Amino acid sequence: METKNIMIVGVGGQGSLLASKLLGHLLLSQGYDVKVSEVHGMSQRGGSVVTYVRYGDKVYSPVIDLGEADYIVSFEILEAARWLPYLKKGGVIVTNTQQIDPMPVITGAAEYPAGLVEKMTAAGAKVDALDCLALAEQAGSAKAVNIVLLGRLSHYFDAPEEAWQSSLEAIVPAKFLEMNKKAFALGKAAGAI
Amino acid sequence: MEERTARLTEYAETAPVNRIEWGDRKIGVITSSTSYQYTKEVFGDGCSVLKLGMVNPLPVRIIKEFAAHVEKLVVIEELDPIIENHCRALGLEVTGKDALPMIDEFSQNLIAKALTGKAAESVSLDCPIPPRPPVMCAGCPHRGLFYTLAKNKCTVLGDIGCYTLGAVAPLSAMEMTLCMGASVSALHGFNKAGGRDAEQKTVAVIGDSTFMHSGMTGLANIAYNQTNSTVIILDNSITGMTGHQQNPTTGFNLRGDPAGKIDLEALCRAMGFERVRVVDPYDLRQCDAVIKEELAAEAPSVIISRRPCALLKYVKHKAPVRVNPDKCRGCKSCMRIGCPAISMKNGKAVIDNTLCVGCGVCTQLCAFGAFESSDGEEK
Ligand SMILES: Cc1ncc(C[n+]2csc(CCOP(=O)(O)OP(=O)(O)O)c2C)c(N)n1
Ligand code: SF4
Repeated sequence: METKNIMIVGVGGQGSLLASKLLGHLLLSQGYDVKVSEVHGMSQRGGSVVTYVRYGDKVYSPVIDLGEADYIVSFEILEAARWLPYLKKGGVIVTNTQQIDPMPVITGAAEYPAGLVEKMTAAGAKVDALDCLALAEQAGSAKAVNIVLLGRLSHYFDAPEEAWQSSLEAIVPAKFLEMNKKAFALGKAAGAI
Repeated sequence: MEERTARLTEYAETAPVNRIEWGDRKIGVITSSTSYQYTKEVFGDGCSVLKLGMVNPLPVRIIKEFAAHVEKLVVIEELDPIIENHCRALGLEVTGKDALPMIDEFSQNLIAKALTGKAAESVSLDCPIPPRPPVMCAGCPHRGLFYTLAKNKCTVLGDIGCYTLGAVAPLSAMEMTLCMGASVSALHGFNKAGGRDAEQKTVAVIGDSTFMHSGMTGLANIAYNQTNSTVIILDNSITGMTGHQQNPTTGFNLRGDPAGKIDLEALCRAMGFERVRVVDPYDLRQCDAVIKEELAAEAPSVIISRRPCALLKYVKHKAPVRVNPDKCRGCKSCMRIGCPAISMKNGKAVIDNTLCVGCGVCTQLCAFGAFESSDGEEK
């Protein structure tokens, strides 16, 4: 199988590292060769962050280059737009619709672009956008946005439901497991485009 | 040493880390480390590869043998042409920096484009995407101190850590950052050159961890060679930026076990500083008064700005603050601290409850008393 590429992008502090860990665990359990590279930033919250997940029969490069991503999983809509050049032609963007203003927007030095879903679609991306924050809150915590997104993403994979469940059990701390399972189910039930 | 090098050279010829992977022999690539991964990504078995796991000394016999069995020899290495030049010195004809850049990191696209002329296509939007630089966390203890330095129009010589973000707008309170420890030495130099004028407005800011690493030597210089410098140690009781490692001032070792604890005040006094002041950076009035006093003082001084990093597990936070929209006049005074939890919506300040930790720095900036402590949950 040719190597597949998933980029997980978001804002520092949104939980993208846990998402990539879980995805890596799931793909390993499916027998793939997997490489997960987290671009470790600083402790502080708030910067743009990216993680690369690559899987297939044999994966070489740890990073994903421009025009190579099969999927971009985005925690925030502006971040999806920022990393769009990494998407393969015809690739899918699974994104949270949440908007988080970056500092230049907060200070008024820049404007948050409007209509990003439409713009990305017009540029040729298949955009699967969902209000993950609302579903995460429904599941019990705003922090579960990452797991809602993975529930949504699960539609695009062959892996059976049990495999996702055991990866959740292996990666998510026991205290938060039930809540996260709920978040996963809500993301999944939202269906795919 | 010479004998050892000779033995190593011999070892390089047989070491399993230097290996040839035969594929198509039209192109033979000599490469190492991550460039190997990019090469395999681009060519797969479409070329032969000599993968060097050890690049010094180079395995001359293996290189010659490899070169003899491929049509075109290519060296793929980042930065300077080290392996390439060695190959040339062996009399081999190679492609290298004539096709590949001398600066920056490589990637699979870069190698594909340079050597095959093809690379993946990509699209981008034609609207500008605002950058998202990292910012100090909501509730970061560094914020109040930098606000005070900006307000007093100080010349701030910075150092390396979370507080380097004090340079970013809207705080914009740092004129220089070089390397760990440079702030203190630079301050002494600035003040020697600039005299009394410089002494009255210039400060060095340095984190507790960076101070222990290489700030003390500069401080000794100030004490010994005498300038009336003001050094501010930003003591957040941890190494914040690199992910919360302990340091010699915290009382714990890297494993988290109890360890020796260096007392910053005692240390500075022992080095000859008679003026050592401690401030709470959440208290803007206190910070302002102490900074003014120490800049004016005709003696060297150290100000320790002390409050633990807002992300430390043991730090208890207050409930988020709330803006009373009837009182907020949209003057944006509270926006000057660059807190990610505050933004303006429809001409009024609004607080992001998921971010705000109730530190109260913003509340001290509002002239209209628009901030109220909420009855929300403590964090
Ligand atoms: C010579 C050198 N070694 C290591 C580093 C990595 N590094 C970056 S910031 C930092 C320390 C930051 O700690 P501190 O000064 O306490 O500031 P904080 O981030 O806690 O605000 C280190 C060690 C570096 N930049 N330079
Ligand atoms: S990690 Fe700590 S010191 Fe660094 S910006 Fe955040 S609160 Fe400040």
